[in-house]
This record gives sequence, C-alpha cells and structure tokens, in this order.
Amino acid sequence: MRARVYVTLKSGVLDPQGQAVARTLGRLGYGEVQGVRIGKYVEIDLEGGDPDAARARVEEMCRRLVANTVIEDYRIEVDT
Amino acid sequence: MSVVFGVVRFPGSNCDDDAVRVVDQVLRPAGASGRIIWHKERALGGVDVVLVPGGFTYGDYLRAGALAAQSPVMDAVVEFARAGGPVIGICNGFQILCEAGLLDGALARNASLHFECRDVHLVVEGRPTPFTHAIPAGRAIRMSIAHAQGRYVHPDVDRLEGEGRVVFRYATADGAVIEAANPNGSQRNIAGVCNAEGNVLGLMPHPERACEDLLGEGGEDGLMLFECALAWKAGVPARVGGKR
Repeated sequence: MRARVYVTLKSGVLDPQGQAVARTLGRLGYGEVQGVRIGKYVEIDLEGGDPDAARARVEEMCRRLVANTVIEDYRIEVDT
Repeated sequence: MSVVFGVVRFPGSNCDDDAVRVVDQVLRPAGASGRIIWHKERALGGVDVVLVPGGFTYGDYLRAGALAAQSPVMDAVVEFARAGGPVIGICNGFQILCEAGLLDGALARNASLHFECRDVHLVVEGRPTPFTHAIPAGRAIRMSIAHAQGRYVHPDVDRLEGEGRVVFRYATADGAVIEAANPNGSQRNIAGVCNAEGNVLGLMPHPERACEDLLGEGGEDGLMLFECALAWKAGVPARVGGKR
C-alpha cells in the first residue's frame, strides 16, 4: 500500500522559493501566474491492507516527523 | 570543581569542536570544562550544561534539525531540560531544539533565499536565562551567523514577547532594532528565544565563534554567554561584558 503525503507551508507563512519561481515564470512570459507555493511530496510504502489503519498511522507520522505543524500543513492520500 | 559542558555531536555537526575549545581551553582558567556527547548515548553522564552545536546534521534532510531531534540522546536532553538543567542550542542546535519541542516556533528558509554568512549585532532582552542574565540590557553584541534556514516563525509572537521569551534580536551596531538589521526575515528581528521556564535557550548566531580576542573588535562578545552560565552554576551575582 502506498501513502502520498503533500506537505505545504501554511498560508500566511512567507515562501521565498515560491516567490522566486513566480518571478521567473513571469519573466518567461506567463503573465497569468498570480502566485506560486512550493511544498514537498512524500511517498510512503506500507505493509498491511487496511487503508483506514494506514491513514491513521501516516497521520501520526506526519505529526511526529514528516511535517512541522508550526509552519506546515499536510494532506494524505492512501492508494488501495 | 569545574562546570562541565556537554556538547552533543550528531552526524553532520560542525561547530562541536569550536564549542569544546571555548569551554575546555579558553574558559578552563575560569572553571569550565567540556566534553563531547555522541548522539547515540542515552545518558548525559552528569554534565552541568548541555550545548547543542551548529552544523548540518543529517544534511538538513527533510527540514533542518528534524532528524537529529529524533536521536537517542535527545530523550536524555529533554529529561535534563525538564528538570531545569541549562540547555543552549546554537544555529542548527536551535533548529534541533525547536524540532524536539523544547523551544516554540520554527526556523524557515531565509527570506533572501541566500545562505547568510556574516557578522551581525544582537541586543539582549526578555527574562533572565542562565546564558544571558548578567549581560547589560541594551548592550549590542557582535557575532557571526552562517545559515540558510534561520527565519524565526512563531504562530503567536505577541504571547511569546509578553512572556519575556524573546531573548535576542538582530540590531545595528548601536543596538537599534530595525528591519535593515534583520538578516533573514525573522519575525520582529528575533534571533533567539527561551522556553517558558527560561532554562532552555536557542539562537541562530554563533557565540562559540566569538570567544578570543584574536578575532578583533567584538571578537570576544560570545564569551559573555558562557561566563553567564558559569556564574549561574556558581550561584554568584555577576556582570559580564564590561570591557567596552
């Protein structure tokens, strides 16, 4: 089973990397770009067949290590 | 009886030997000594002060300090801190103490996106800590910084300030706290904070790199933090930083 975790900076936390990419996209002619936020994508492979149990475990992993909930949010998808 | 500083070494620590030099050589005549504590140790071995040094532990993988904060030795460091023991985290050590939950807040990527490596000035404020209690208020202290992720972020910075837990702010050489003196975009120029009890301190600048007069004007300013810790352990009133 595979869990996909998306870790993003909380809204309101400055993302200088995203700003730099947005500026460069603007220079490339993509005038429609209103903003860019950069996060992390983490794949976690797990044993076991219960998606609900897996999600609960990955939730705990996110709180304890994968995300820093002071400045980051996370979203979990579990493939079945 | 010397005051024993335990300097925690993780894979990727790189200011550990500098810190040991300060306490074990420069400050030995003043009654200090120091030794390394390997990150796999589960006991601190009776040290009086714990110092978590700078570096790039685990290559800053995931987030700076995130993996080191889960090392075996950190359980003992947390226990030492909860019992009131003085703990100081410098640069990556500050990041590790935040990730370990001993200090509030987080250190995000510098607003400039640059690795900032230069001298800065700091002013001391807030509640007394074992490492700052004898430093005169308003005294500008010079130290170097060297970090890419030092932008301090706290979700409720008013509360932090109200509790006197902002200990260092970036300032000009005259001690003025202005945005132009902020090297990394930290909220309200915050360079260092302490826990609610005041015994755990973290800061991004490097006091251990400013402890010998060979380094010129302000080159010994970092010594004040270590001298404070010695006076704190000895229980004697002190005033440090009187040279200038």
